Amino acid sequence: MTTTTQIPATASALKHKRMEQFEPSVVARKVSVFYGEKQALFDVDLDIGRHEVTALIGPSGCGKSTFLRCLNRMNDTIPICRVTGKISLYGKDIHDPDIDVVHLRARVGMVFQKPNPFPKSIYENVAYGPRIHGLAASKAEMDEIVLTSLDKAGLLGEVKDRLTEPGTGLSGGQQQRLCIARAIAVGPEVILMDEPCSALDPIATAKIEELIDELRENFTIVIVTHSMQQAARVSQRTAFFHLGVLVETGETEDIFTTPKDKRTQDYITGRFG
Amino acid sequence: MPISLLLAVLVALTVAGFYMGRSRALAGFGGKAVKLHSLPAYYGYYVALWCGIPALFIVAIWLVFEPSIIRALLISSLPPEVQSLPANRLGLVINDVRNLATGNATSVTSDPAMRTAASYYAHLKFVSQVALAILAMCIAVVGIVFGRQNVKPEFWARNRVEKAIMVILMVSSTIAVLTTIGIVLSLVFESLRFFARIPVTDFLFGLHWSPQMALRADQVGSTGAFGAIPLFAGTFLISAIAMVVAAPVGLMSAIYLSEYAPRNVRAIVKPLLEVLAGVPTVVYGFFAALTIAPFFRDSGLMFGLNISSESALAAGVVMGIMIIPFVSSLSDDVINAVPQSMRDGSLGLGATHSETIKRVIVPAALPGIVGGLLLAVSRAIGETMIVVMAAGLAANLTANPFAAVTTVTVQIVTLLVGDQEFDSPKTLAAFALGLVLFCITLVLNVIALSVVNKYREQYE
Repeated sequence: MTTTTQIPATASALKHKRMEQFEPSVVARKVSVFYGEKQALFDVDLDIGRHEVTALIGPSGCGKSTFLRCLNRMNDTIPICRVTGKISLYGKDIHDPDIDVVHLRARVGMVFQKPNPFPKSIYENVAYGPRIHGLAASKAEMDEIVLTSLDKAGLLGEVKDRLTEPGTGLSGGQQQRLCIARAIAVGPEVILMDEPCSALDPIATAKIEELIDELRENFTIVIVTHSMQQAARVSQRTAFFHLGVLVETGETEDIFTTPKDKRTQDYITGRFG
Repeated sequence: MPISLLLAVLVALTVAGFYMGRSRALAGFGGKAVKLHSLPAYYGYYVALWCGIPALFIVAIWLVFEPSIIRALLISSLPPEVQSLPANRLGLVINDVRNLATGNATSVTSDPAMRTAASYYAHLKFVSQVALAILAMCIAVVGIVFGRQNVKPEFWARNRVEKAIMVILMVSSTIAVLTTIGIVLSLVFESLRFFARIPVTDFLFGLHWSPQMALRADQVGSTGAFGAIPLFAGTFLISAIAMVVAAPVGLMSAIYLSEYAPRNVRAIVKPLLEVLAGVPTVVYGFFAALTIAPFFRDSGLMFGLNISSESALAAGVVMGIMIIPFVSSLSDDVINAVPQSMRDGSLGLGATHSETIKRVIVPAALPGIVGGLLLAVSRAIGETMIVVMAAGLAANLTANPFAAVTTVTVQIVTLLVGDQEFDSPKTLAAFALGLVLFCITLVLNVIALSVVNKYREQYE
């Protein structure tokens, strides 16, 4: 919390402080992804800092969503997709045979591009995850989890009187926060967000961005975004992907002010993408 | 001129009308090429419509009224003692005249009065045909002339043709609706005749079905009993057995096909499953009567159960197999319609594949699945051939699936097969049964469709 509340003397002092704190929670080494014969991602090495927001940016089809989906093995659900390389979560390889993908996904939650609440009540949407993982022993515990999660997602005030109404009846922004609450309810360590604001209007987007900043306190967040402004606003570290290659990664302010690679510079200044 | 030749001529005239209209539009007006409102072909269609539609309409009207007019003329030419015959006898005489005129062998060839009548009939027929041919062709030609006169550069031919096409489409759909109404009305009127003899309450709530009526006053027994309850009980028993077989098997195969099966397996298995729907029901009937029923009877004996060789169980199980493709195909469609984002959302929370299906996909698809099941039920209720062959004719009021029962459709068949007089309650009962059956399946279909429609809005 210190980094957000204290006003640092200089930008470089803040940067120095953050460099010292840097401890990765997810480490990816030589990650490649193939869809059938076609290679979509080439030897990506990326460290994702604990309790930081990491933004993945790049033009359409650059592999940023594909990389995101590697982190909780969602690519396993696509039959023709093959992932090579090593990804570890707190030092443990997520492809290790003794890692159950079900447990992995409980630790690494995901929020999708389009809000996708289940056609169930608001309460049941949030209770879904805890229920399948057996996290609540009683109705009271479940209520506690649901209300806390909705509160953390900044939705409780808006829906507390209508928890039994269908989640699909909420507005787009509320639906997306419901999906975030649903992910939080399982108690993950990492939350992956795949363009969470691309289907939302600017006001709903601002709310989600605010929420992401608050969630950083308790969760490691990886967000894929098309909007460079959004990356600059919410993230501490940014990774720029282009044509399936991780071109450059670093502190967000460095990437946006002094990019080292020509391609990053061109993309950020709007010359392509 | 035979009707087929007349129709061919009219079609030729219509085609000619098209080219005449188009060429007039293409040729320009007053020797100058001018800007036409519509494409030239639309002027052609416009003239063709004016040529074809009124002429065909006249032909249709003529053919509808010709027989009754000729009949009236014929009757008035017959000797007065024949004219005063009762209606059904008169009908026989006219039939004889018609047969004589067309050269079919009849019993009255030698009667001179009949011969005169026959030649008069043939004459009327000939006059009618010639008149029709001349009238229709005149109307077609007048249509061409009139349509062609309207072909002017500023004339909105395209809009007129669009309107005409809409009317033609509307008439086509009206035909389907009118046919349905006609079927319902014929059922209703015959049923009313039935209910004039047998009280509605006896029919709907009677517990005894024995439709034999005494033909002569002195015949023993056979007063007839028209309580339909045993028939409907049998129908529902067999349908229920069918659904017990079809619902789980169909649903689970749909889940396997849409969620688990690799694409190549699905490409082979799904059409194979749908072949089940293409097997003629009479073949299912053989299967039920010759294979399944004896099998059940013999295996029943092993367990000390007395299963009759014509049992509700055999018919129901085979009917269930028949409607598996209905259930699986419709369920497969609605399961596939559940958005991928639902699956991703659930899997992303760490649910397993089967948890996702059980807790998200099937509940989301449930309204559609229920709709499919209701359609399958109405199919099962209306099914006839299997039950005729495998369930028997005994109208037992029982819930025992091992006993022989009979269904509404089977009774309709047995009431109407063979030589029957159409004014006895026995045959009229078939219409009453048909009417009730129609109402039941109609209600089921309406419920099914509204459930399916509700489902459609779910993700919008």
